[in-house]
Amino acid sequence: MPPTTQEKAHPSGDNRFKLLDRAVTKHQSRGDALIEVLHAAQGIFGFLDNGLLIYVARALKLPLSRVYGVATFYHFFTLKPKGEHTFVLCTGTACYVKGAGAIQKAVEHRCGVKFGQTTPDNKVSLVSARCVGSCGRAPVAVCDNDVAGKLTPESAAAKIDQWQNVPGEVAA
Amino acid sequence: MTVEELKELAEKETARQKQYKHRITYCSAAGCASCGGGAVRDALAKTIKAHGMEKDVELAGTGCMGLCGEGPLVRIAGDGTLYQRVDETVAARIIDEHIVQGKKVTENLVDTTGPFFSSQVKIVLENCGNTDSEKIDDYIAAEGYDALAKVVTEMQPAEVVEEIRKSGLRGRGGAGYPTGLKWGIVRKAQGDQKYVVCNADEGDPGAFMDRSVLEGDPHRVLEGMAIAGYATGASVGYIYVRAEYPLAIERLRLAIKQAERLGLLGNRIFESQFNFRVDLRIGAGAFVCGEETALIRSIEGKRGRPRPRPPYPSEKGLWGAPTLINNVESYANIAPIIRKGSAWFASIGTPKSTGTKVFALAGKIRNTGLIEVPMGIPLRKIIFDIGGGTPEGTTFKAAQTGGPSGGCIPAEALDLPVDYESLATVGSIMGSGGLIVMDSTSNMVDVAKYFMEFCVDESCGKCVPCRVGTVHIHGILQKISEGRGTTDDLALLEELCEMVKETSLCGLGQSAPNPVLSTLRFFRNEYTELVTTPDGYVPAGTTTEQSPTR
Repeated sequence: MPPTTQEKAHPSGDNRFKLLDRAVTKHQSRGDALIEVLHAAQGIFGFLDNGLLIYVARALKLPLSRVYGVATFYHFFTLKPKGEHTFVLCTGTACYVKGAGAIQKAVEHRCGVKFGQTTPDNKVSLVSARCVGSCGRAPVAVCDNDVAGKLTPESAAAKIDQWQNVPGEVAA
Repeated sequence: MTVEELKELAEKETARQKQYKHRITYCSAAGCASCGGGAVRDALAKTIKAHGMEKDVELAGTGCMGLCGEGPLVRIAGDGTLYQRVDETVAARIIDEHIVQGKKVTENLVDTTGPFFSSQVKIVLENCGNTDSEKIDDYIAAEGYDALAKVVTEMQPAEVVEEIRKSGLRGRGGAGYPTGLKWGIVRKAQGDQKYVVCNADEGDPGAFMDRSVLEGDPHRVLEGMAIAGYATGASVGYIYVRAEYPLAIERLRLAIKQAERLGLLGNRIFESQFNFRVDLRIGAGAFVCGEETALIRSIEGKRGRPRPRPPYPSEKGLWGAPTLINNVESYANIAPIIRKGSAWFASIGTPKSTGTKVFALAGKIRNTGLIEVPMGIPLRKIIFDIGGGTPEGTTFKAAQTGGPSGGCIPAEALDLPVDYESLATVGSIMGSGGLIVMDSTSNMVDVAKYFMEFCVDESCGKCVPCRVGTVHIHGILQKISEGRGTTDDLALLEELCEMVKETSLCGLGQSAPNPVLSTLRFFRNEYTELVTTPDGYVPAGTTTEQSPTR
């Protein structure tokens, strides 16, 4: 476990903690704003590691068990870092009826990992969402904040290829 | 702000809009935005500028226009022309040909006289497609905040409650509890501090009604909440909205800020003693938080776990104070009821289920999108007239309402009127309004398994029947769908479903078996085709041979 944090400036000198402090102050350090603060923390750091959870617990004067409990209860919070790209497949009913299952298989096959995991090279995270609310364009996936609709297993796999085959050195 | 100032503002905005010769609205909701709506807006603006017509043409981004499957959509307000599948080229042509030369772009025209449009009655969605979602002035010009003004300056809280009771409005979140009754209980509850909560945790997969209302007409919800606050004596409101809806969150934040700036939220609203402020709380992806007691826990910053009722939230809710919880669509109905009167509202729909209901049509259907229909309309009309039926080459098999808490309605029940009681007779529920159509290619055992998997994932784990029961139901379904099940498994499945239904703590567990029970009831042959007798024979009465594959 990383070293615990202190009340004022963060010992690591990481300026992102200042942003987090601002979110805490905005909610007057109230314990009932825990979910809001965790949202802010995840927005700033990308994921919630143990050190961050301890920091939030201290800032809101809450037991660590409560902070950890809340962070693990809600699907939206992630305790592990995400890959460079995220492929969020909607598994809502409309997408399911229109063949999200086949897309899931194709994408898992292409990446070699299951949904909920990240490829070993840290390139692609596969995430499943309950419903992204774009049912009119089912089946849908959110690829790095871009909603891609009316997917086929082929077009979904092509999306993954595009991410995996274009490393930094090959610009053309 | 006074009532006179509000009227002045509305007149000023109407006059401003009249300066323009044309008003073009484009759908700025998530559906169209996800298929290139932003580029269409830019192309429209660019072409208008190229023609030097900025002073003649007004461009407004509105809420959902309904036909989400055919987006992006653009509408010419003057003559009501609606264009579908607009891209940048078509957008430029709309300006070049329709606006400048007065010639319609025929390739992309939508027939607005068809049943998709003529069968709908719009109350909740009346502004969607017309007013700019991000401008409070536009909402005010469309009689926005008139109802709040009327309530605060002319009516007593008890009169407001009575008006809502007389309208017959029932909770649009699914259960259909009479809204006026709930308001009355909170009004009479003892307590210095009361709260009004808007449940915008639209967790049902396949439902996007609340999202569209929040994105398209956020002020309508704020106005409804403020009226509820006045009627019940609450001064603080919370909107609990899903984190999966970033655009809705952004629009709500903006709307709250705008309303506060004009004094329509905050202290001394319309120079009365009434204070009301609204805060936003963002959910974090837990389906169970749609249950009211779990939602309260979540607003308090805790794990969203339900607790036994009573006491109901109307007596002991948020921080132990009397709390009114209604769904987005319920609040969206309030302002029109106050403006046009309860008698008008009660005249729409059926005597027991008044008003309209917004449905999100999706799945194997031609016209996917958002519709608003009067209660009591036959399901057949929704699916075949408005929805245009299933895609070519397939036949209708079932309509699924109520998400993981609802059931599958078979073709035999298509003439059923859509209201709270009728849907319950076929083992489904009205639900929040997701309506997913399944055709002959859908396997019902798989559908039941899909929903059960959802409930296994989303069970909060507090009570045993739900936590353990859903896992076992899912296991049996898995076994049956792989062709390893026996008739004993079917019997066990039914027994287990009844048990989970009877003994679970909250609505999630109590309704989790519904998809299984309703498919067992109407599509039993699909189960029996997959099972054998315990000693390995195909049971009598099954016509087809044992076919473990789907």
